[in-house]
Amino acid sequence: MTEDSCPRPDARPSSTARRRFLQGLGHAAGCVVATAGTLGALRESAAQSGANARAESFPTMDYDWTKHQWAFGVDATKCIGCLRCVEACKAENGVTRDAHHFRTWVERYVYLEGETGARIDSQQDPVNIAASGSEEEFRFANRYQDAKVEKAFFVPKLCNQCTHPACVQVCPVGATYRTKDGVILIDDEYCIGCRYCVQACPYGARLFNEEQGVSDKCNWCYHRITKGMQPACVEVCPVNARVFGDRMDKESPISLFIRNNRVQVLKPETGNAPNVFYVGLDKEVR
Amino acid sequence: MGHALDIAPYVGWVYPNETIFTWSVLIAVYPYLTGLVAGAFTVSSLYQVFGFHGLKPVAHLALLTSLCFMIFVPTPLLLHLGHPERAFNATLTPHWSSAMAMFGYFASFYVVLLMLETWFAYRPYIVEQAQKRNDLLGKFYQLLTLGSYDVSDRALKYDQKWILWLAITGIPAAHGLHGYVGFMYGSLKSREWWSSDLMPVIFLFSAIISGVSLLVVLYVASCKLRKIEIDAACVKGLAYTIWGFIMLAIVLELLAFANLVYKGREGIDMIMQYVTGPLLIPYFLLQFGIGLFVPFLWLSYMIWRGTAGRVMIFGVTVSAILVLFSVFMMRWNVVIGGQEISKTGKGLLSYQPVLWGKEGLVVAALLCLAPLVALLGLARLFPPWARGTVSSRVAKLIEQEAVRQHGLT
Repeated sequence: MTEDSCPRPDARPSSTARRRFLQGLGHAAGCVVATAGTLGALRESAAQSGANARAESFPTMDYDWTKHQWAFGVDATKCIGCLRCVEACKAENGVTRDAHHFRTWVERYVYLEGETGARIDSQQDPVNIAASGSEEEFRFANRYQDAKVEKAFFVPKLCNQCTHPACVQVCPVGATYRTKDGVILIDDEYCIGCRYCVQACPYGARLFNEEQGVSDKCNWCYHRITKGMQPACVEVCPVNARVFGDRMDKESPISLFIRNNRVQVLKPETGNAPNVFYVGLDKEVR
Repeated sequence: MGHALDIAPYVGWVYPNETIFTWSVLIAVYPYLTGLVAGAFTVSSLYQVFGFHGLKPVAHLALLTSLCFMIFVPTPLLLHLGHPERAFNATLTPHWSSAMAMFGYFASFYVVLLMLETWFAYRPYIVEQAQKRNDLLGKFYQLLTLGSYDVSDRALKYDQKWILWLAITGIPAAHGLHGYVGFMYGSLKSREWWSSDLMPVIFLFSAIISGVSLLVVLYVASCKLRKIEIDAACVKGLAYTIWGFIMLAIVLELLAFANLVYKGREGIDMIMQYVTGPLLIPYFLLQFGIGLFVPFLWLSYMIWRGTAGRVMIFGVTVSAILVLFSVFMMRWNVVIGGQEISKTGKGLLSYQPVLWGKEGLVVAALLCLAPLVALLGLARLFPPWARGTVSSRVAKLIEQEAVRQHGLT
């Protein structure tokens, strides 16, 4: 699970496609000016790009994104707040090692006796950072040990890979886009770094990579799932609170999860139609 | 951590990625500059299109002001981008569903329109200078004539037609540009503070009052600098314009706020906690109280009492400065304020502006001043108060024609 063995492919599908398209354009433009072979060449380049789009191996040689429809499940009743998922995600995806950049995080909801609302925190809370002693390792501080807790639970969060993503809608250059297998990717070679997508996401799932000057977000470890592996957070979860799979496969873990549970999504009123399905949410969770 | 200063302290519950402010003060400066452009253009249009001849002393100043500010509108955006060298991608390969992608087109169209209108307005002056001067500046004016030295009455009437139609086209262009800026915030459903259908209209009217106020200040200051008498009728005309539009601006802002509170959707508790807490001074006192109500009441009083002369000019100028301040506070309260209310609806952040750096307060202040420096330079090349600009020449022609036709002396 190192970066070397699994390079980030975020930018590749689109930048390769764009490069190929531009090459085709250049090719075609040259021919238009040049000779009577124009039409033939245009037909040829059109045929090439058409073939790519139809190819069974796209975006990589041995993966066809029309044959999958990825989805994610979270069983909040199982999460123990160990935060292995958060650390695994940072290691796997090279996310900035501090308490302000997260592709995934875990929220803790605690109802104390006599209080109507939940007390909510996440691993980035200064008290929790003090408990872990570092911004590179995370743990939840035992801050309620002397209080009378009525109800408490954890909720893992990540990008919802929405069917109608507000972030994709607002991107001025189309650097972020939805793949055919249902994941929102960012082309970090094309992103201009305006951060409009970060503003538009109702879930706070997007972050900004200051070093690279581009937006960043969870992509369900696209480089892993297109190779038949599980996202890093799913793989390290010790209690199977995170479920991942292909909805086109009716017997996949996610299909069974959605079929066998009454699932919910976050902030359905936004119309974003998220693809992370939750079990065990509570009225306070947004 | 190079961005240590950007980290915002918070209370309550905020999403972990929210602790770094996404949009800095520069994104508040951007709509401020755009608004001044639209407002200044309004004054120019009132003269050119709607026949408010009392505004003649500032008509050309308005045009130059609009142009100078428009040139600097993209700068805060460019400084903010993670990859400014890719900025043109938004225009070359626009993503049509993005409001932001339209900026390049709106802005370029408007800059071209402003340059064209300025050229037509100053053509007689350019020709005159090109013929009179033998120095390097003369060569510059020669270049600017674009080879056309015809300043006959017929040619000038033709120019005037162009100016009229460019000014007419400019009205939807300037106001569309600014309405669009409001849309950029109003159309986002992620923040309750922004998500209002009234946002584009609010931006538009606040833009108009800010631009007209800027012209009051610039006109009065330029007269003082040039030691010439201030045209009281012109200042009064501008005051009426501010007074009229300020009423609309106040009503619209209050309506939007009332809507937000009355609907009382989820997150309203946090918004109320915010506006009655950290936003109490910047919003109610500075933006509304001092910035909008004081000028409104002062202007109303002067109009009611028929105040004239130096007292009126003083009152209008101070009111204009207050309005300029209020509109900046409005941009700040929208852009920064919106981000201070967490998307969770359960927490508040506190923006920590930095003084230095690419997105610091110093750069923001410089960006607000830069158009004024540009205006100072441009006003030397194209004096907005020079005789011989086409409008005054044409006005004279029309006058002469009337005299000829009716035999009046």
